Amino acid sequence: MKLAIVQAKPRKGDVEANFAALGEVFAQLASEERPYDAIVLPEAALTGYFLEGGVYELAFETEALAARIAALWRAAPGASRAPVDVVVGFFENAGGTFYNAALYLEIAEASHRIVHVHRKMFLPTYGVFDEERFLSRGRHLAAFDTRFGRMAMLICEDAWHAIMPTLAAIKGARVLVVPSASPGRGFAAGGELESVAHWRNVLQSYAVEHGMFVIYAGLAGFEGGKGMTGSSALIDPFGDTVARLPALGAAVLRAEIDFSEIDVARARLPLLGDLGSVLPDLLFDDDLMPENVRRGGERPVTP
Amino acid sequence: MIPVLEAPPRAPSLDIDCELAAAWLVAFLRDEMIERRNVRRAVVGLSGGVDSAVTAYLCARALGAENVTCVRMPYRTSSTDSLDDARAVTEALGCVERTIEIAGAVDGYLVNEPDADGRRRGNVMARTRMIVLFDQSAKLGALPIGTGNKTERLMGYFTWHADDSPPLNPIGDLFKTQVWALARHLGVPERIVAKAPSADLEANQTDENDLGITYLEADRILSLMLAGYADAKIAARGFAPADVALVRGKVDGTHWKRHLPTTAMLSNTAINEFYLRPVDF
Repeated sequence: MKLAIVQAKPRKGDVEANFAALGEVFAQLASEERPYDAIVLPEAALTGYFLEGGVYELAFETEALAARIAALWRAAPGASRAPVDVVVGFFENAGGTFYNAALYLEIAEASHRIVHVHRKMFLPTYGVFDEERFLSRGRHLAAFDTRFGRMAMLICEDAWHAIMPTLAAIKGARVLVVPSASPGRGFAAGGELESVAHWRNVLQSYAVEHGMFVIYAGLAGFEGGKGMTGSSALIDPFGDTVARLPALGAAVLRAEIDFSEIDVARARLPLLGDLGSVLPDLLFDDDLMPENVRRGGERPVTP
Repeated sequence: MIPVLEAPPRAPSLDIDCELAAAWLVAFLRDEMIERRNVRRAVVGLSGGVDSAVTAYLCARALGAENVTCVRMPYRTSSTDSLDDARAVTEALGCVERTIEIAGAVDGYLVNEPDADGRRRGNVMARTRMIVLFDQSAKLGALPIGTGNKTERLMGYFTWHADDSPPLNPIGDLFKTQVWALARHLGVPERIVAKAPSADLEANQTDENDLGITYLEADRILSLMLAGYADAKIAARGFAPADVALVRGKVDGTHWKRHLPTTAMLSNTAINEFYLRPVDF
């Protein structure tokens, strides 16, 4: 699979300018001799991330967004007849309920197909983050079938909870696609922001534990003083970062994915297979039964 | 005997990777000025101190020295050392320098207020300098750039709607000791970094005398406080309880200075309460 991770740097709220910029990127990618199979964009790639109440003005209806992106791709000079898959993070308006979502879209010569929409489940609402003040959270984590095998999408904080990639892997995902918008913080560490280092550590550990490719697309640019850390990367199923873009600025990461590496990695380190056999013992455990877990891990107050 | 490894005590560090931070702040200035606002020129009020020097160095890196106008704004009581140190910055950077005396404007008002104490006079000077920076920016098609550091912002050691008023501030999330480190990394003349910081609003004034604590102590206490440690836990790390209380009092007494004015709410569309849009929307 020939992959482009587009580290977008949108103009806040200027959807038309951002579509125009995406059209230019499409034209650049379409001009390459060998066509791309997949193009992955970050979270909130067409609007910017911190919108507050502006999200209600800038949320997309999924069908309309899919049609517009497909048309934009087809309008690119040199766009090949071969299908291309596009992943983009966006704010979704689902009949007046709003989500932070990611669209997996397959664009063919004369048609397009919405393969999957993932609605972000973990909405960061602490410190600088305020998502659940404005958005509803998704209620389902799915793995879904693409032309390139089974994948799952996790949006930003979704991927800071180790259970999410674990469940995605159990559900059969071989590729984890992570659109993200991560404001940088922590300048004490040598040569790398602490938040970027954390991302690298968790994604590499998921990739090696489950033998998955991880495609991370990070938003770039400053939003009201908060600098998004880009650092878009491809991580192989051995846990190695194949390539990574810098934190600052718009850029494209071009990479080839050989899916047979997943089998090699899983044969070498069969942790996912081990998990599959132990999982029933872990899940069907009295400690995890609803009356003991309660919602959110809260324990009853004992008098 | 089996060997024992002693784990060091954990503490939030004030160390910063200066090159990483400088690159980040330069990118911040370029994004916010050129890409978002299409403004390529900056106006920086140069006091002769380290905060405005660092700000000028960052602006010069971001925009080119020829696009940075440094304004010296002495009052009659300002020290000549401050003026000389400000000049050392403009000479080192090769940026544009203006010297605009504020005595006429300040005294034009204060002549009718002979009883004004040092605090009031200092506030009038700071607010007059704010007027100059905004007007010079309007004249030059530039943006005024703020120079307040995190320590003085937290301690409330600034004049409200004066020092804090420029629309962009690259160093406002850096403690004073971190500004010193960044200054040395950027090549700010050592004399400016090493001298006792002073608002220079009154003769022989120093920040640390005004605050009642050294910046190093204040920064260490503040970093623990902001990380969420209770005062007793902070004191247990070797700080005098009186110093911890002093810092806590300054921070708690000045939350209002870090906000816009308090506005009475009457509707469910009150600005910044219900009607919420980010600054760059």
